[in-house]
Amino acid sequence: MKNPSVSKRMVKDHFFKGLVLFFASLVVIPLFLLLGYIFKKGIGAINWDFIFSMPAGVGESGGGIVHSLTGTLILIIIAVILSVPVAVATALFINDHPKNRISRMIRFTVDMLQGIPSIIMGIVVYIWIVLPMKNFSALAGGVALGIMMLPIVIKSTEETLKMVPESLKEASMALGAPYYKTVLHVILPAGLSGILTGVLLGVSRIAGETAPLLFTAFGNPFLNTNIFKPVDALPLLIYNYSTSPYPEWHSLAWGASFILVAFVLILNLITRLVVKKWQIKY
Amino acid sequence: MADKVLSVRGLNAYYGNKKAVLDVNVDFYKNKITAIMGPSGCGKTTFLRCLNRIHEVNIEARARIEGDIFLNSENIARMHPILVRRRIGMVFQKPNPFPHMTIYDNVIAGYKLNGIKKKKHEFDTIVEQSLTRTALWGEVKDSLYDRGTFLSGGQQQRLCIARALAMNPDVILLDEPTSALDPIATAKIEELLNELKENVTIIIVTHNMAQAGRISDYTAFFYLGELLEYGTTEKLFTNPENEKTENFLTGRFG
Amino acid sequence: MTMMKAGDARGAEAVSASRLTSHKMKEKGFASFLLFAGILVLMVLGAFFVTLVLQSWPLFRETGLSFFTTLRWAPMEEAFSVLPFLAGTLMTSLLSILIAFPFSMALSILLGEYLKTGPFAAAFKSVTELLAGIPSVIYGFWGIMILMPLIQSLQMKLGLIPYGVGVLTASLILSVMIIPYAASLGRDVISMVPGDLKEAAYAMGATRSEVVFHVTLPYARSGITAGFFLALGRAVGETMAVTMLIGNSNFIPRGIFSPANTMASVIANEFGEADGMHTTALIAVGLVLMILTGLINYAGKSIMKRFQVGG
Repeated sequence: MKNPSVSKRMVKDHFFKGLVLFFASLVVIPLFLLLGYIFKKGIGAINWDFIFSMPAGVGESGGGIVHSLTGTLILIIIAVILSVPVAVATALFINDHPKNRISRMIRFTVDMLQGIPSIIMGIVVYIWIVLPMKNFSALAGGVALGIMMLPIVIKSTEETLKMVPESLKEASMALGAPYYKTVLHVILPAGLSGILTGVLLGVSRIAGETAPLLFTAFGNPFLNTNIFKPVDALPLLIYNYSTSPYPEWHSLAWGASFILVAFVLILNLITRLVVKKWQIKY
Repeated sequence: MADKVLSVRGLNAYYGNKKAVLDVNVDFYKNKITAIMGPSGCGKTTFLRCLNRIHEVNIEARARIEGDIFLNSENIARMHPILVRRRIGMVFQKPNPFPHMTIYDNVIAGYKLNGIKKKKHEFDTIVEQSLTRTALWGEVKDSLYDRGTFLSGGQQQRLCIARALAMNPDVILLDEPTSALDPIATAKIEELLNELKENVTIIIVTHNMAQAGRISDYTAFFYLGELLEYGTTEKLFTNPENEKTENFLTGRFG
Repeated sequence: MTMMKAGDARGAEAVSASRLTSHKMKEKGFASFLLFAGILVLMVLGAFFVTLVLQSWPLFRETGLSFFTTLRWAPMEEAFSVLPFLAGTLMTSLLSILIAFPFSMALSILLGEYLKTGPFAAAFKSVTELLAGIPSVIYGFWGIMILMPLIQSLQMKLGLIPYGVGVLTASLILSVMIIPYAASLGRDVISMVPGDLKEAAYAMGATRSEVVFHVTLPYARSGITAGFFLALGRAVGETMAVTMLIGNSNFIPRGIFSPANTMASVIANEFGEADGMHTTALIAVGLVLMILTGLINYAGKSIMKRFQVGG
């Protein structure tokens, strides 16, 4: 018969805790390595010129990424315009009819859409838009990114809408307000923080996506604001420059990486601090 | 006069800075059932949880005590909490058999958790004995290796008692063990406790006066964190000394 | 024409019939708009599937099942097979999960059990979220600059060709990427274990680690399995970092130091310059990829739902 002593078991207990702490801390190391590296390498490349000028010739030092920044901005705007109305409307629908068969199918679809690899987004939108148009375009890129944003905004909106108490809806309807007015003036404002959260999270996600843009927006060494033509984007630039053999381009890529990570960080912070504050508590 | 198994001297219990139990002195006698009674919020559960030092487990509650508790003359504060809990077992308000374990494994869970290895036939004996003592053996002996989820509330609670008994503790603490059960299951458990007391000391927190009256030998009456009165159940119920005790018993509050 | 007589006791505002109908129309229009949006979303997913199937059909018509049974990918000779990439995908994903497992488990247990609240918990949580938000292409870039030389020197020490890229490198970067995701899933699962079960175990004299081992983890087992599936789904669909570090070889990798291609990376690498049947074949690869991730994610979500309901 075995009856381990208390002290033996306490040793095991402390050992286990130590093991857990050890492995957990090891995870933090790549983060610091990664972030620290990006910071160190990137900050050197950032200057006024970097943000606002065009790339220099191949092999030359200096140059900027204004074309990528503009492109990313354009793509985000297109994606948001296309996806947010659809997403909010869908969330409203499934919130109204939670048990409906269509709602269940929509929930399933949202889960599935979230899991689709980003490269598949790219090639499907290529077939849908690039082929018929016979050229790459910001529009195609925006569509691909918009589809990626859909599940995020739908889920976030739905979560918040669920928290709006039924009594609020009923109070509005009891005053004789038609349903759509109830939605626009009572439910939506209550769910605004959720929509905003979803949009910010969605934007921070798509800002860094490369694969969907490879065959849609395609990239462009020149500044372009015509949405029917190809456009560059930050992640595309990072991809192209980092896989090139030119060290000058590598430093540009670090600078762009820094900006991208900073952008994602800031969006996340805004989401957590500002938007949550706006959230109406019941 | 029976031996004292558990002695409490000058016990104060705090949650953070809030005092929940004030200066309690009480003795619990061997192989007797002592009921701890009182209106909601009087500190009886807090008090009970100090006896096996389980209050130390939930760090967020910031529970701490002053004063001493002696188990057979040993100060439990100087024993390792693991050893304290092997000799003082606990049964909770809501039956909580481990859902991922079979009935068999649930009964000997205490051994498994403490890393105590025995031969299979030794465990078999322990399982049969514990389940027999809690009048469950007949009902489950053919489904020992099933998970206990099909058991009724009352059966689950008896399983939890069997689980505590399997460790052969000196004392068993029960925190309102029948409040989640129907009257028939409650009656069965009260019957059970009456039989069990021959071999183990029982301390039971209950808000049900009638229950205390039915099964306990001694009763402690708590009010707003203080032990207002303590004595044999017969005396407390028929001739209470404290006015508040009488009010509680006659239903004027609580 | 008003609906109520003047002087009606209720004194409610008179509502004209025409106003009522205009409201009704707006109501209907609004409801239809919502429904339309919902159906649009359904159609998007359906259209994805249909597009991939239709566009890859010519390939299947030509190769039939040999797409899944032969071993060569040689576009010049019109020989197509998904197997080298299926192998690449499975090898890198499973290896990355293997590597990530102890770390994400440790993080989950730490945050779900030991450090549920407090400044450290918040710090770890922020760190995890930040790591999860870094774009794939930046992980890839970092991998090229830091991981690749490391692996190269390792390969040289072992007397192998110092590619630097390959299955191992890609798996390493993948594991760094999925650890935060897997850890936050695991943390949620572990913190859902009911407190009264843990208390019952403590009340029998168990130590903290014993409670974790004998109660918390077994209870959370199905949730953890679900998390494993979801993390696997993530790893399988990862494109950029893998593309940048896997070495772009179209043969079945023979070992962890071999360069290879995953289903996602071969599309990223070759789609731009492909044409004709080559493109069709790549789309077919995409279809297989989409089905694989769909199945894995569906399995993960179902198991997770069952865990959250029953336990």
